[in-house]
Amino acid sequence: MSTRQVRLTINGREYSREVEIRKLLTDFLRDDLGLTGTHVGCEHGVCGACTILWNGEAVRSCLVFAVQANGANLKTVEGLAPSATELHPLQKKFWELHGLQCGFCTPGILLTAEALLKENPDPSEEEIRESISGNLCRCTGYQNIVTAIREAAKAMAAK
Amino acid sequence: MAYIGSRVKRKEDLRLLRGTGKYVADIHRVGMVHAAILRSTYAHARIVKIDTTAATKLPGVIGILTAADIPGMKTIPMRTGHIDGLERSQQTPLATTAVRYVGDPVAVVVAESRYLAEDALELIEVEYEALGVVTDAHESMRAGAPQLHETVPNNTPANFQVNVGDVDAAFRNSDLILEEEFSTQRHAAVPLETRGLVAEFDEGRGQLTVWGPTKMTHTNWSILSDHLGLPQSSIHLIEPDVGGGFGARGEFYPEDFLIPFASIHFSRPICWIEDRSENLKAMNQSRQQKYQIKIGVKKDGTIMALDAEMLFDMGGYTRTHGGTPAISASSILRGPYRIKNYRLNVFCVLTNKTPVGTYRSPGRYEANFVRERLLDTVAHRLELDPADLRRRNMIRHDEMPYDLGKHPFNSWVLDTGDYPAQFENALARINYEKLKSDSAAAKKEGRALGVGIGCFVESSGIGPWEYARVEVDNTGQVILYSGCNSLGQGIATALSQIVADELQVSIDDVRVIHGDTAKVPYGNGSNASRSVVMAGSAAVGASRKVKEKLLQLASAALEIEPGDLFLRDGRVVARGVPERTQGFADLARLALPGTALKQGVTPGISEEDFFASDKRPFPYGVHIAVVEVDRATGIVKILDYLVTEDVGRKINPMIVEGQVMGGLAQGIGGALLEEFVYDNDGQPQATSFMDYLIPTAMEMPKTIQLISTEDFPTPLNPLGVKGAGEGGISAAGAALANAVSNALGVEVTKLPLKPDYLLELIGRIKVESHQENA
Amino acid sequence: MKPANFQYYDPTTIEEVVDLLSQFGDQARPLAGGQSLVPLMNFRLLRPAHLVDLNGVRDLSYLRVENGELRIGAMTRQRQLERSTDVANDWPLLREATGYIGHMQIRNRGTVGGSLAHAFPSAELPMAMVTLGASLVLSGKARQRTVSAEDFFLSYMTTVLEPGELLTEIRVPMLPANTGWSYQEVSRRHGDFALAGSAALVRLDPHGNIDHARLTVTGVTPIQVMSAEEIVTGQKPSEALFRDAVRKAMEGLEQDADIHASAEYRRSACEALGERTLREAAERAAESSKGRTQ
Repeated sequence: MSTRQVRLTINGREYSREVEIRKLLTDFLRDDLGLTGTHVGCEHGVCGACTILWNGEAVRSCLVFAVQANGANLKTVEGLAPSATELHPLQKKFWELHGLQCGFCTPGILLTAEALLKENPDPSEEEIRESISGNLCRCTGYQNIVTAIREAAKAMAAK
Repeated sequence: MAYIGSRVKRKEDLRLLRGTGKYVADIHRVGMVHAAILRSTYAHARIVKIDTTAATKLPGVIGILTAADIPGMKTIPMRTGHIDGLERSQQTPLATTAVRYVGDPVAVVVAESRYLAEDALELIEVEYEALGVVTDAHESMRAGAPQLHETVPNNTPANFQVNVGDVDAAFRNSDLILEEEFSTQRHAAVPLETRGLVAEFDEGRGQLTVWGPTKMTHTNWSILSDHLGLPQSSIHLIEPDVGGGFGARGEFYPEDFLIPFASIHFSRPICWIEDRSENLKAMNQSRQQKYQIKIGVKKDGTIMALDAEMLFDMGGYTRTHGGTPAISASSILRGPYRIKNYRLNVFCVLTNKTPVGTYRSPGRYEANFVRERLLDTVAHRLELDPADLRRRNMIRHDEMPYDLGKHPFNSWVLDTGDYPAQFENALARINYEKLKSDSAAAKKEGRALGVGIGCFVESSGIGPWEYARVEVDNTGQVILYSGCNSLGQGIATALSQIVADELQVSIDDVRVIHGDTAKVPYGNGSNASRSVVMAGSAAVGASRKVKEKLLQLASAALEIEPGDLFLRDGRVVARGVPERTQGFADLARLALPGTALKQGVTPGISEEDFFASDKRPFPYGVHIAVVEVDRATGIVKILDYLVTEDVGRKINPMIVEGQVMGGLAQGIGGALLEEFVYDNDGQPQATSFMDYLIPTAMEMPKTIQLISTEDFPTPLNPLGVKGAGEGGISAAGAALANAVSNALGVEVTKLPLKPDYLLELIGRIKVESHQENA
Repeated sequence: MKPANFQYYDPTTIEEVVDLLSQFGDQARPLAGGQSLVPLMNFRLLRPAHLVDLNGVRDLSYLRVENGELRIGAMTRQRQLERSTDVANDWPLLREATGYIGHMQIRNRGTVGGSLAHAFPSAELPMAMVTLGASLVLSGKARQRTVSAEDFFLSYMTTVLEPGELLTEIRVPMLPANTGWSYQEVSRRHGDFALAGSAALVRLDPHGNIDHARLTVTGVTPIQVMSAEEIVTGQKPSEALFRDAVRKAMEGLEQDADIHASAEYRRSACEALGERTLREAAERAAESSKGRTQ
């Protein structure tokens, strides 16, 4: 069981850890760093529950080994809200518009949506649906999620 | 402002949105180690030998358990759906002499990490002697088929009939008799979070704690106590945040015994998180039913009789649900229609596949598909509009309450409703007449555009009772201890709304505690759309008792008659004299033992209530689907969709709509995409999300109308609610199958509506060999 | 599902990569985007003893046009291809095909080279590259060689790559003026592996006759250009012509069956899509030769 030193930035904070080489990034985030907001739904890159932002791009963390993240700049759901007392507009709209039920897919979808809105601040409903098509939700039927993202886009544009 | 009826934001959401929810996999205990289950790779085999020597020697492995290490293992009992005979094919937590499905647990490995545990799994050598495999229910019943359980001949542990009226006479009086075979495919709940448990045994105190149980916490508490030989008072089950259930999560599975047992055996806290590959083989599957059905009608479409035989494919063992999907199907097969003569012969059949339990609208999604498809087929034959055929036979408002008649397991009386009025409204809202002409016009252009209807009656609010305790704490906050569970459906918010209204407090001052056996002594859990109905009603009862106590305490303190006092904003106030008031915190202080006992008053502000009912309320509704099918590729596009359901009363309309929308997505998955396929050796073919296809945001209909109404509150509970959890999925298979049949001019007889199958139906291809068994 | 143990290397130059691959032969696997490889490793269906991570080799990631030819470094992310205006303008078939690959998150990590080396029969990039007549540069310790895309694919998930050899560059020639293109695919869900797919190129002469056509369909192993060209060349585009051409081209070609679709379905749907892409390509060709920009 060999290990490597990994240094990376997550949610603006630097971490340095020794990690087993075959350890998946999801497990490193959750077990080694206690960032349990990123969820494991399949471990084969389909469900999107493990989505994080890697240098601003939405990526499936279950398909990356932690050692590969050396030097990377990551964002997880824990880094989405601007502070402990405020919510990101996406989180606010999801709350107002019932965009979540069990919450298991939610972190992955929030980050995917954030990446979408950075690249495309005024997406159509079709574009929103397409961008979250790689995130499975078993509870909501997606309608409220799409509406929440659309409303968040409007709110963010208004600022 | 009343909370009931308003779109209150959910109390659960903030932690889930911030990623600070605590699901079972997020729980860490000091010294915690990890378990992995060795599962059978054979669908049917005798276990000759298990050699764990190499695996045990692997560094990091703490130990391995096989059946030999657990003498006196009991079979997991049924908690419901008892049909005589089903007890003969129950499952022990670990296979002893034989395995009966790929995925059957054979051993438990405990190691320092899940990675190492999986390494160890590969080193365990099991010698299997392969036995004959049977994967088709028909084949399984035949003489000479491989026998799965010693005491169950023909692999048929149970058989029951429903017989209402005089079917044979009714057929003699029919103008047309139609017979057809229908089948629905194996699919299941597949929640996004897999199963998991963390178990920790405090040896010094003899106290076992298990995080993870949900849905039927108290039932499982009792089963676990019995299986471990530990009193319930020494076992503490705690429900964490849960990633969806839909019927499959929270039943007592083999692992619900094995992981706690292992934590005691190895004296270490143990974490077991199922991976997706296991989940698709080991979590309850459902929906596989085959019908041979005969209907007799008059020329004008009046239904005279319905007669059917149904095979319920159970998988390799009886699970905690017993025969529930079969019983439920048999109860609802006639739907919202007046069918006085009805006969059904149900066979529960074992096959070498994953065992079966319930999945949202169990047996009813299947039965609705069969009946609604049959009705359309009759309509086509009689050259009647399918809507007209339904109008003719729908139970009228003046016939309610409508007794469904004799049944071996339940006596259902449809309580309230106006099915025809709702039906007309649905047709109008989707502009049914225009859709029919659009469809005809499209067909002339060679486009396959179709509309399909599915009507349903849903069961909800099952009893027999539910528990609630309401307490006012030292800060004046109100705590509800409820016997229900949360799978993510927002029940804590809904219950808070109910309690907040009863006690006139802010919803922010209400907390709901559930799923914790140390805090809630009794409960019947959350299944079958019962939570708001049963837990809500119990919460009402307990709240009203607390209100009495508050008034009593305030009366003594203010020296004003209770009749002249009322509740407002977390205080008791004197009518007309607002400065004469006591806050809940003040009253809680007065209720402390020191003061209370001196006054001869029972200390504390805490009241329990049980709400009991053996009569269910029945929500009812209509699904209408509009589809276009590409005749060259068989790809189905859902252009428009309408679901209407009467739920009696909506505690939180936003939550109700969410339930319907989520159910619809699952219903679409069941109609078009999801299937657990097995090959002839019983090897599961859909063991990843690449093969088990759950709908994405792109598979939802282009436009959706959700109409949930409060036309007929039920008289069966103080809230008037009917459970809204299953209407969204209930007739989706039916409506989509009817729409596709209409679009292509064919008669669909099975689900799923695969592109392959559709091209075969229209004669564009002929498939030589079929991979799946139906 | 957690992967089995392996040794990990993160070289920074192509030379180091090739050295490692040569040293360990078939015991080594290069790790590109990981979107296909890591799931297989997590399932333990693949257990490479040595994993050579290409993500640190900057020299492998580039997208440029040289002498009218599109040159793609093997580690270029699929998303980059999707976003490139050069590709959108001059190789629209490639852009269209890339958009069908899985989902955005997959394309953010997945690479062009990785997809080609994986050689999945219903994958988009192999089929697109064969249709476009691309050539692939393979770098080994002793030599570098260039093979046509068509020659690169041998059979199901098998290419001509030898142990110690790495796919380093993909070169896509400019299409002749007024070449119409089409890429169409059907799958059970958005982003799933294609049940059936087709790519076509059609060019018309000044009289409106077809003087050049290329057609590929999914599920045919090895991935190859169909013989439709011979049938349609010199003819005017028509539904009957395309139907005849596709049917004849598909004769005798085996299609796979799995739980999602039978071989018969795939054949029938491929025929339908083959006709549709030829038609769409011909329409685009006609439009562009009328002087309108695409």
